[in-house]
Amino acid sequence: MSLRDRIGRAADSDIWFSFKASPVTMVAAGLTAFIFLAALLAPLLAVQNPYDPASLNLSDAMKPPVFFGGDWSFPLGSDDQGRDLYSTILYGTRMSLFVGLCCVVVAMVIGITLGLVSGYVGGAVEAVIMRIADVQLTFPAILIALLIDGVVRGIISVKRHDEIAGFVIIVSISLSLWVQYARTVRGSVLVERNKEYVQAARVIGLSRWLIMIRHVLPNVMGPVMVIATINLGVAIITEATLSFLGVGLPATQPSLGTLIRIGNEYLNSGEWWITIFPGITLAALVLAVNMLGDWLRDALNPKLR
Amino acid sequence: MSPSTAAAPLLQVRNLRVEFPTRRGTLVAVDDVSFDVAPGEVLGVVGESGAGKSLTGAAIIGLLEPPGRIAGGQVILEGQRIDDLPYEQMRKIRGARIGAIFQDPLTSLNPLYSVGRQLVETIQTHLPLSAFDARARAVGLLKEVGIPGAETRVDHYPHQFSGGMRQRVVIALALCANPRLIIADEPTTALDVSIQAQIIALLKGLCREHGTAVVLVTHDMGVIAETADRVAVMYAGRLAEIGPVRDVVKNARHPYTRGLMGSIPSIGGHAERLTQIDGAMPRLTAIPSGCAFNPRCPQAGVRCSIERPDLMRAGPSRAACWLYDSAGVGAPAAREAARG
Amino acid sequence: MISFVLNRVAQAAGVLLAVGFIAFSLFTYVGDPINAMVGQDTSQQEKEELREKLGLNDPAPLQFARFIGNVVQGKFGLSYRTSDPVGRLILERLPATLELALCAALFALGVGVPLGVYTGLYPRHWTSRLLQAVSLIGISLPTFLIGILLIVFFAVILNVLPSFGRGETVKFGWWTSGYFTVAGLKALILPSVTLGLFQLTLIMRLVRSEMLEVMRTDYIKFARARGLSNRAINYGHALKNTLVPVITVTGLQLGAIIAFAIITETVFSWPGMGQLFVQSVQFADIPVMAAYLLLVSAFFVTINLAVDLLYYVVDPRLRGSTGGRH
Repeated sequence: MSLRDRIGRAADSDIWFSFKASPVTMVAAGLTAFIFLAALLAPLLAVQNPYDPASLNLSDAMKPPVFFGGDWSFPLGSDDQGRDLYSTILYGTRMSLFVGLCCVVVAMVIGITLGLVSGYVGGAVEAVIMRIADVQLTFPAILIALLIDGVVRGIISVKRHDEIAGFVIIVSISLSLWVQYARTVRGSVLVERNKEYVQAARVIGLSRWLIMIRHVLPNVMGPVMVIATINLGVAIITEATLSFLGVGLPATQPSLGTLIRIGNEYLNSGEWWITIFPGITLAALVLAVNMLGDWLRDALNPKLR
Repeated sequence: MSPSTAAAPLLQVRNLRVEFPTRRGTLVAVDDVSFDVAPGEVLGVVGESGAGKSLTGAAIIGLLEPPGRIAGGQVILEGQRIDDLPYEQMRKIRGARIGAIFQDPLTSLNPLYSVGRQLVETIQTHLPLSAFDARARAVGLLKEVGIPGAETRVDHYPHQFSGGMRQRVVIALALCANPRLIIADEPTTALDVSIQAQIIALLKGLCREHGTAVVLVTHDMGVIAETADRVAVMYAGRLAEIGPVRDVVKNARHPYTRGLMGSIPSIGGHAERLTQIDGAMPRLTAIPSGCAFNPRCPQAGVRCSIERPDLMRAGPSRAACWLYDSAGVGAPAAREAARG
Repeated sequence: MISFVLNRVAQAAGVLLAVGFIAFSLFTYVGDPINAMVGQDTSQQEKEELREKLGLNDPAPLQFARFIGNVVQGKFGLSYRTSDPVGRLILERLPATLELALCAALFALGVGVPLGVYTGLYPRHWTSRLLQAVSLIGISLPTFLIGILLIVFFAVILNVLPSFGRGETVKFGWWTSGYFTVAGLKALILPSVTLGLFQLTLIMRLVRSEMLEVMRTDYIKFARARGLSNRAINYGHALKNTLVPVITVTGLQLGAIIAFAIITETVFSWPGMGQLFVQSVQFADIPVMAAYLLLVSAFFVTINLAVDLLYYVVDPRLRGSTGGRH
């Protein structure tokens, strides 16, 4: 037994090794880097700015892709507004990634804070936070995000809603994703709280918050990073889904999901490219992110291999 | 008292070699280990953790966990070679002719099935008994291993038994089909000290009654001294010494064994100082050339770091140490070592 | 046993009450129900009268009690959008969603569990590796994209299956069923696969990892040492021990299927509750949202309760130690 343990530990000790040993992971990392870069450089790579109505011309609408009867001015064809799909996909990817990253960061901040608080303060505060977490965990993220979105629509006017749609969507998705972080962090705080070094730090008079941030937080960063990577995929999918359902980003600022939704209306009439190209991009993006998450989880948790 | 080792051996292990291929090279966890077990004999196998004693046991019953594998040698049971049998044939030997007892009784039993069900299924796998007869045998076995109220306890689930009682159930499971040999891997390590003695006494008594031989793997010399007829000492995957238990305990030949005996409170009650062996057992990735023990050996000579010693006759025992090289060629410096 | 059940029922009731409170808050404080009910030219005084008549000026606890009372009787008020009673709207669409969810769940379980067992037992076999890779793709594809791809392939290119609606349905009282006509069954195929695929991959991956975990335990090693047949070990000992976590997740997934039906129904224009919910979110139709939330919660809570009780059946350790420890 001990021999196996020892072999296992030696083999799993360096994440880099397992990274190099997995060609799939390297491809995934490459793909992710490529998509991130393309999104970042979208304004340089795109041939038009699809978010600027002045650059659009309705007579260019519904052009097929270049090898399907189109021409090189619209390499992947155009949509019903005359937007160049290639440029729109670049901008849409940028939008999807931006929203996804924001959601992950906001959810992480909320989750870690609530987790630290409930683990360290305990008592009624902990009970309330963890009860909410339990209840929320029974509901799928998409349902909660939809609900929050609907409530916001009920409170503010539809026109104003379009202006702050991105903000609303980030809040809704973040609020549906914080639970996992909170649970992980709380569990770890409960373990660390009673360890000698924390007790010792207390004895020498360090403040509780300082102890938590300096000593406890670094210990949970591993699992938190795994959750964050996996959640990036979830957040991107959720945003795309909300946009597809027509309650996400507005058609004037299309994300990948919005594009797919627009294209879906023309699917039966043969204009498949408006759906398929953004669909492929979305799938590739999420797949790459998920593969990275999968690998990171396995690398950090040898038990699951 | 002890059965003669001259009788036809029940189990022969010949030059057994167990390897673990890893991405940083192949580890040899058991290296050229040979020994016999006579019918009804209790052979103790001792060593530090990582010495390869558990893997030797696992190799005998053909349950090495991948990527571990038998890379050389033979295991012969009652004259039949069993290390190269196909899985299905080996399965029929396990439980029927070789029983096994594992370290932790808390995790050895399936928590979702009653004890009786696990006994009955083992019995029916190996013996042509009806469900009714198998159950009767299960109750009988539970009685035999000393579980009070066996008739009702047979329907209880593992979590309803204490650790000691569970290990009794595990012993009953090992005895289901009356095997000729039992491999007991640290059977008492996970138990309370007060219960250890009971379990050892039970195991020893049952095996004597049934004429079952035991390979008792443990790091506890006390248990060996009490139970075993002969003892094999392992170090870094190799056999350091093997001999009658009395001789090895009282009169250890190999310097490592001597250190091992020195480091446990004396069984005879001599008020000697406990000694310790300097250093630690080498990692399997870095086993020294020659005798694996030579860097820690107080009596090591030049030859010990160059040439690997085979088992050599040393009194009634045999030890893998150049001190006992009968030819006397290049014997190590320490000459007084013949008597410790 | 009884205290265990009562405890769980009380917890379930607590969750429902909390959700009820959220629904009530939405109903009362988000948007103005009066504005939604009356025309443009209604005077302020008439509005006040109506407000009084509907009890909207009563203290909040009283209103909440009345709200719960109404909900229990199935009265959820009128839809802001269509002015129909919400209860009737939902009831009309309930059968479509439930029939779809049932098909999807059967598909996910019937295919997911065997695949998980297989990949768990033979993790190194190439088919297992392939399945594992494909399942990652399955998890990465958003549900709506899978639906669209299926439509493109089977409806647009091959033209063998319908891409929208329930096909022909048969009426049994208020329940409409698509299970009894060929067109109805054909219409079920694509949406069920779309809806079930994500859960299928999830269940498969879960069963696989649980199976791998269990195969490493001491009691499986000991079962091998006892010489039990592979069949008995794999399906008797290992599979049963994977059941507990599998039941939990499957239970949660059944709930999720009803929620995810929102997406599938939108893709396939399936006339179910999910589609109704999306429309209500788009129009901020609070009564419909509240009612849907309550109904879905009731499903979730019931499923969780059933899961808890199933545990009890599967795992003897939960039944308490009747024999006591010796």
